[in-house]
Amino acid sequence: MLDLNPKIPSGPLESKWDQHKFSMKLVNPANKRKHHVIVVGAGLAGASAAATMSELGYNVSCFVFHDSPRRAHSIAAQGGINAAKNYQNDGDSVRRLFYDTIKGGDFRAREANVYRLAQVSVNIIDQCVAQGVPFAREYGGLLANRSFGGAQVSRTFYARGQTGQQLLLGAYSALEKQVAAKKVQMHTFEEMLDLVVVDGHARGIVTRNLLTGKITSHAADAVVLATGGYGNVFYLSTNAMYSNVTASWRAHKKGAAFANPCYTQIHPTCIPVHGEHQSKLTLMSESLRNDGRIWVPLKRGDNRPPAQIPEAERDYFLERKYPSFGNLAPRDIASRAAKEACDDGRGVGPGGLGVYLDFAESIKRLGRQTIAERYGNLFDMYQRITDENPYEQPMRIYPAVHYTMGGLWVDYNLMSTVPGLHVAGEANFSDHGANRLGASALMQGLADGYFVLPYTIGDYLAGTKLPKVDTSHAAFAEAEGAVRAQQNKFLSIKGKRTVDSFHKELGKIMWEYCGMARDRAGLTKALELIPQLKEEFWSNVNVPGSGDSLNQSLEKAGRVADFIELGELMCRDALNREESCGGHFRTEYQEEGEAKRNDDDYAYVAAWEYAGEGKTPILNKEPLVYENVHLSTRSYK
Amino acid sequence: MKLTLNVWRQPASQAPGKLETYTLDGVGPDMSFLEMFDMLNEQLTLEGKEPVAFSHDCREGICGSCAMMINGQAHGPWKGAATCQLHMRAFKDGDIITVEPWRASPFPVVKDLVVNRGSFDRIIQAGGYISVNTGGARDANEILIGKDVLDEAMDSAACIGCGACVAACPNASASLFTGAKISHLGHLPQGQPERDKRALAMVEQMDLEGFGHCTLAGECQEACPKEISIDVIKRMNRDYLVASAKRQEPRAAVGSG
Repeated sequence: MLDLNPKIPSGPLESKWDQHKFSMKLVNPANKRKHHVIVVGAGLAGASAAATMSELGYNVSCFVFHDSPRRAHSIAAQGGINAAKNYQNDGDSVRRLFYDTIKGGDFRAREANVYRLAQVSVNIIDQCVAQGVPFAREYGGLLANRSFGGAQVSRTFYARGQTGQQLLLGAYSALEKQVAAKKVQMHTFEEMLDLVVVDGHARGIVTRNLLTGKITSHAADAVVLATGGYGNVFYLSTNAMYSNVTASWRAHKKGAAFANPCYTQIHPTCIPVHGEHQSKLTLMSESLRNDGRIWVPLKRGDNRPPAQIPEAERDYFLERKYPSFGNLAPRDIASRAAKEACDDGRGVGPGGLGVYLDFAESIKRLGRQTIAERYGNLFDMYQRITDENPYEQPMRIYPAVHYTMGGLWVDYNLMSTVPGLHVAGEANFSDHGANRLGASALMQGLADGYFVLPYTIGDYLAGTKLPKVDTSHAAFAEAEGAVRAQQNKFLSIKGKRTVDSFHKELGKIMWEYCGMARDRAGLTKALELIPQLKEEFWSNVNVPGSGDSLNQSLEKAGRVADFIELGELMCRDALNREESCGGHFRTEYQEEGEAKRNDDDYAYVAAWEYAGEGKTPILNKEPLVYENVHLSTRSYK
Repeated sequence: MKLTLNVWRQPASQAPGKLETYTLDGVGPDMSFLEMFDMLNEQLTLEGKEPVAFSHDCREGICGSCAMMINGQAHGPWKGAATCQLHMRAFKDGDIITVEPWRASPFPVVKDLVVNRGSFDRIIQAGGYISVNTGGARDANEILIGKDVLDEAMDSAACIGCGACVAACPNASASLFTGAKISHLGHLPQGQPERDKRALAMVEQMDLEGFGHCTLAGECQEACPKEISIDVIKRMNRDYLVASAKRQEPRAAVGSG
């Protein structure tokens, strides 16, 4: 069994982080440059971690498979970033942000981590503004805020509908500043394909240069994975197409526990699927829910144009079912309610998989100009994709896979079960529990990168005697050999099916049996189908071209191979969790149509341990202890 | 619909390239341009050929990865849209579409339609940032920025770094990209201390990378998927001139010791 000590500092919740910062060991400034840290990924978490650690004096190498670190998927986040600033004087506080996040996560996140997140949220805004991030302002020059998905206070900071972009460009510019100062060695077009573990400690990585195919080893004293989430296991998702699980999955196979893989957030406000050839789903910022009202016709199969359906024949189902939160109900609740309406035959648009998001009333109340100012770019984007004008007719939306709350298990210091391997942002499992509230992912990515890892890694380096290891160590040669063998295997199969066809098939299995709702029979079925798919993949995939130049099919093959294995683990985890919580809805466990949690048996983090090829993974449990919040039934009614 | 595609194929940077012609049937009007390319690549793979390499990622117009000259236009015929946001309803049955990579020597072709835009990162490294370390920043509301000023900064900050401005420019100038960053930071109080230094260093780096000079052809703002105005170039030129003039002035003597 694994040691799952979360290393939560003792003392009152409010002072745990301060106390911990004081008690952590420091690395002497002159010694910092003798330590080499590898950061994989350059999104919000990776870029901010790499920039900050190099500012502190560490020797940092940063790896990204894009042509530039500015392209990480963090760039696509639209809506905003939360912070407990209480600038609007509406009763917000660190405590309230903490509580909302714990409750939003359906009581499946670690209290101490979440409290720290709420605490540092305040510093994140200051840091970003100092960097020149253009957050929206009021006429008087002060920062503007809005309320956002699931929150009843206005604590969300935003930069039009491009908040993720602006925050990433802030972190990216900090990173490029350090690259220019020669404090960060930036490796672009370089994909991590294995983690190297020496004497039980993470000591480096093996990468493939995407342009030359060259496989290289890189040694370090600590490794940070900030490689994002795995929503693309579903093939169709709001994730960027390159987002994948490979770095995390290969680290998992080297000993890092994978926690809560079944927790997937389905986002309620996405543009519905239009056809077979669709490659991804487009998310519309849920800030739209501030002014848009969600409805379907009351009658089944009512296919009149929306303007011809009178008020009395409309069902504003979120406002009806959840009067105190209405259209701002949390994502899992809003998504499930939309699915129910469509399953009931009241969905709108082609195929009946859609609900209306209607701005008519807001346009009447606030004027078209105000709505255009608030959401103009989103409206344009919608029109471009659907060929429909949302100023004149309601948008059609449907839930889509968006964010994965599961990820590599980490302790309070963000260290995985492999000492020296730290995991940040969406790649780790922490902070969001079973669901994620809007505007909290950006907050966590930057909190981890700017304000947590730079300290906790120092503690690890100061407190650990690490022998000198370089890439001549046998462990590197072994890992490189395995990577080469896998590449050659992909190229030699010469089967009849494309990589994408396998990815799509896996996606359909995952969406059908491990999507918005799961049950025992479906998950059992998926656990039969996925191993069959895996077997076929390894005997019938066709990867054209060679391994010694840019080969996008070869890149995808590795990622899809890992998605297949992860998909199986997700279904196993979902089957084990005999309760409904957050983004995990088991249809057997509900009460009056609402998710039924089981705190007696499942208030734990499920941390899966890799047991070897073909062997059943081992379930380790970290009990979740709630000392500061009362485990209540989540109600948004 | 049925399409004829002339696609630039180039196996490697140093290898010669040429246009290859493919036909594709069953393309739907709601598909994005990149989904049409996915379809082409599935077809090529099943025919035992190598699929076309192209850059893409977010497919919602924000990461700036996708980059294709479509019938001679950067990102194709739709104004204010990246290639990934271009939908096939922009074309009609029987159309012949020519697709090429961005052409500019500071963007070397990697393979087929993929180019290396690392030169943009180096322009940012020259000064496209505010020098501030993490921690200790003062309260965000202590810096007052009027809404109008902020909006102008945001207009420039919206640049996605795709390189369409360079590809569309007859001189392969990177002035819209560089100007956008200079304008973004130059509008903000936080950006003032390094304003002169930034303008000098970024413009000089742009020249070092081999980008051409701006002759105000205006093609860049036409091609920009974020519709960034050529005004940012005016701003860059003004900042550069002011900074150059100051650079030539002798520094005031400072006390010794």
